[in-house]
Amino acid sequence: MRYAETGYNLEIDLTRGSYDRVESDVVDTELYLGGLGTNAKIMWDRVPPETEPFSEDNLLIFSAGLLCGTPATGCNRTIITTLSPQTELMCFSMMGGFLAPEIKYAGYDKIILSGKSKDLVYIWINNDKVEIRDASHLKGKGAIETSKIICEELNEPKAQVAAIGAAGENRVYFASIEQGRSSASRGGIGAVMGDKGVKAIVVRGTKDINLAEPDRYFDLCYEVMDYIRFRNENPIPNVMPILAGLGSPQEMKVHDEKWHTENFMWGNSRVRRRDFWNEEIAKDWEETMNSMQRRLISCYNCPMTCGATIQPPGMDTYMMKCFSKLTYTMAAFSDLEFGLGIAQAATEHGVDGFSAPQVMAFALELLEAGILKPEDFPGLPEENEGRFYYLLDMIVNRKGIGNILANGTYWAAKEIGNGAEEYAHNNIKKIEQLPLKLGMMNPVYFLMYSTGEKMNITQIEGQFPQAPFATVEEREAFVKDWIQVPDDKFKDYLMKWEFRGEFSNPYYPTIDMCCEIVDWMEMMHYIDDALGMCAGLSSFPLKPPYHIHNYPKFIEAGSGIPMDEEKLTKAVKRYRTLVRANNIRRGMRRADEKPPENHWKKRFPEYEAELLSAYYKFKGWNDDGIPTEESLRDLGLGYVADEFLAKGILKAGADAPQESASE
Amino acid sequence: MAKKTKTVKSIKVNADLCNGCRACEMACSAFHSEPKYSSNNPARSRISVIRRPLEDIYVPVYAGEYTPAECLGRNSYILDGKEYKECEFCRASCPSRGDFKEPDSGLPLKCDMCESIPALDEPLCVKWCMVGALEYEEREVEVDEEEEQPKVSEMELGLEHLVDKFGLHKVAESVARLTKKED
Ligand code: SF4
Ligand code: SF4
Ligand code: SF4
Repeated sequence: MRYAETGYNLEIDLTRGSYDRVESDVVDTELYLGGLGTNAKIMWDRVPPETEPFSEDNLLIFSAGLLCGTPATGCNRTIITTLSPQTELMCFSMMGGFLAPEIKYAGYDKIILSGKSKDLVYIWINNDKVEIRDASHLKGKGAIETSKIICEELNEPKAQVAAIGAAGENRVYFASIEQGRSSASRGGIGAVMGDKGVKAIVVRGTKDINLAEPDRYFDLCYEVMDYIRFRNENPIPNVMPILAGLGSPQEMKVHDEKWHTENFMWGNSRVRRRDFWNEEIAKDWEETMNSMQRRLISCYNCPMTCGATIQPPGMDTYMMKCFSKLTYTMAAFSDLEFGLGIAQAATEHGVDGFSAPQVMAFALELLEAGILKPEDFPGLPEENEGRFYYLLDMIVNRKGIGNILANGTYWAAKEIGNGAEEYAHNNIKKIEQLPLKLGMMNPVYFLMYSTGEKMNITQIEGQFPQAPFATVEEREAFVKDWIQVPDDKFKDYLMKWEFRGEFSNPYYPTIDMCCEIVDWMEMMHYIDDALGMCAGLSSFPLKPPYHIHNYPKFIEAGSGIPMDEEKLTKAVKRYRTLVRANNIRRGMRRADEKPPENHWKKRFPEYEAELLSAYYKFKGWNDDGIPTEESLRDLGLGYVADEFLAKGILKAGADAPQESASE
Repeated sequence: MAKKTKTVKSIKVNADLCNGCRACEMACSAFHSEPKYSSNNPARSRISVIRRPLEDIYVPVYAGEYTPAECLGRNSYILDGKEYKECEFCRASCPSRGDFKEPDSGLPLKCDMCESIPALDEPLCVKWCMVGALEYEEREVEVDEEEEQPKVSEMELGLEHLVDKFGLHKVAESVARLTKKED
């Protein structure tokens, strides 16, 4: 018997309209852990590097994490993996909510879609029964609306639905997959779903998930629950409210709009409004939020209530989480009422709440600059808010200029030409980033932005405070019960960190320290993505309930696979390297790994190059960011090394001397 | 008539606090798995959360008595502008629907307040509902000794359902046959 996981994947070939329940190899779980880990292995084995995102050969994998469906609080992530039309690299967007546990209860760890359906279909998975059903009546329908219609027509109120809206159907490069409470937004995975002709995946499961050591597992769960209670009662002092607690950023509960509106950029990530906030706005926005917000809601098996149901006047209810509450507001220089309203339409259409507003602001900037012409926008409303609704409609339906904008700022700028590239200024690896522009280069963030393959800073940062604490007392208070550190040296690093002087950015933390800090933060995210854990209870907040010391126990007691910190660290390193290998094989190199040029005002090109080289070395990659033969073989990824050597991506023996010289 | 005290256990459901996470369903099913905690499956739970976020409806409902026949009416209520179907609130394991039945066998499920030896401090669904939507209360009451009904065991509940479905005779025959096989 398999524990924690089901041991089966559901393979659906959309070209042939067939499906198969295929047993997976438990050895792969031990090596790559499940979730994103085993997704990376499947992508490596089955999707050749020349594959185009919109092709029959691309796979779209919906994976539950290894521990989804077990009692571990907050373990509910669906990890969706495919090739991104935007970055043309392997992308992996996650979503919370209820889908992953339902997939597990239906008896699968993953649903793997291959091929393409000629007609629009939806897939109805009811335990062992799988039907590919006609979805022509759902064409153009909103994602949330689709879920509702399907549950009604199947008479299955407890089925979980992941659906795309018009944006996905029309292969908008930043289309999302929506699942009611949550969405998987980054990288345009919704476009791949649309390209495969799949409107929705509908799952109902009523089978058991087993635990290897039930009593031990429940004890671990109770420890986590107690710690969550403790942390809820004891927010971390001396940090911003949004960083003090647990959960995905508590944007629905915490009124932190002052901080975001004054520190993040408005418009096309350009304008900082330091004195934006005042009493009147505070009152007005609070009223807006309170009048539209129905209830704070959680994902499966979690008490944190990071999301909310929102009902804008005259519009349908939708569910919102995170910072998308402000992205539209700020892109349009508008107010919260507008932001929450247009987010409803955007959620139904299924677009990424980071990329979409930036693309629209980008288009209006191009118009203002005369690079795009009024003729490109027939019928454009006069007032600003109306323009955003107009653009949203043009984009998701790929009408007129919307057909170009639908490819995101990078590709649109290329196509528009005439200097438009300058306006697509906030991308990393061709994908729109958070609208942040800061002063002094931060070495830890430099490395995270450069090397993150999850394309979002929130998907790599977390464990180490973002800024130093002002006084020694504050630092002492913080490190006192910092049990999550893998090693006590991280406490020393923090103790010495100052705002100014010798021990401040950019030269402190030192290069070596930066490498260790970034590696730790990234590792925690990768563990979460393999296990299906919500980053909001683990890798994202300071001092989370899950960490490197209790995770091995969870894995062992849950799955029965013997695990300790060392083995887990190596497994994560293995699969993280495999993710990189997938992208290296598709052409990603050092030149692609850089933050937006204007992310910081004060830059240090030579020092940054030194940082990046050091980090590559620390990770076992060569100076071009390619995992070395030695490190690949050491991780049991000899098959990757062989392919790299055969293809000339690596040269035999090329990295050996350099490696030994550093010892 | 002789009196004795009895502990009445109850759970106060504050649906306004429910966030729809279904931890209670997961925990209940784990507690009643065999061996205890070895597996979980919300479909086997004796509490079921009606969760319709778009209508802001969140109602945890406990499995009550098994009923062999469905009701005639299908009423609905509008409370505070939201429409609820009466059936959703109903606690019965009823032939008209799949709720409160073992998914494989179709045998009825009923909340037993997590009766077990040793007793739990509080029912497991309550323990797992960290937001306080479920609150456990115990009261001592005096009851007439004779009037106290014997508890229907889980097995009897299942048998009752089988008898309704196949008739007493057939069930007795099957039991006899199974007994022989065991020998
Ligand atoms: S912490 Fe928030 S986002 Fe994470 S699982 Fe819980 S409710 Fe969902
Ligand atoms: S555990 Fe509590 S909050 Fe969660 S669904 Fe059950 S009653 Fe609601
Ligand atoms: S009290 Fe016990 S048996 Fe009843 S629903 Fe809660 S967990 Fe299940």
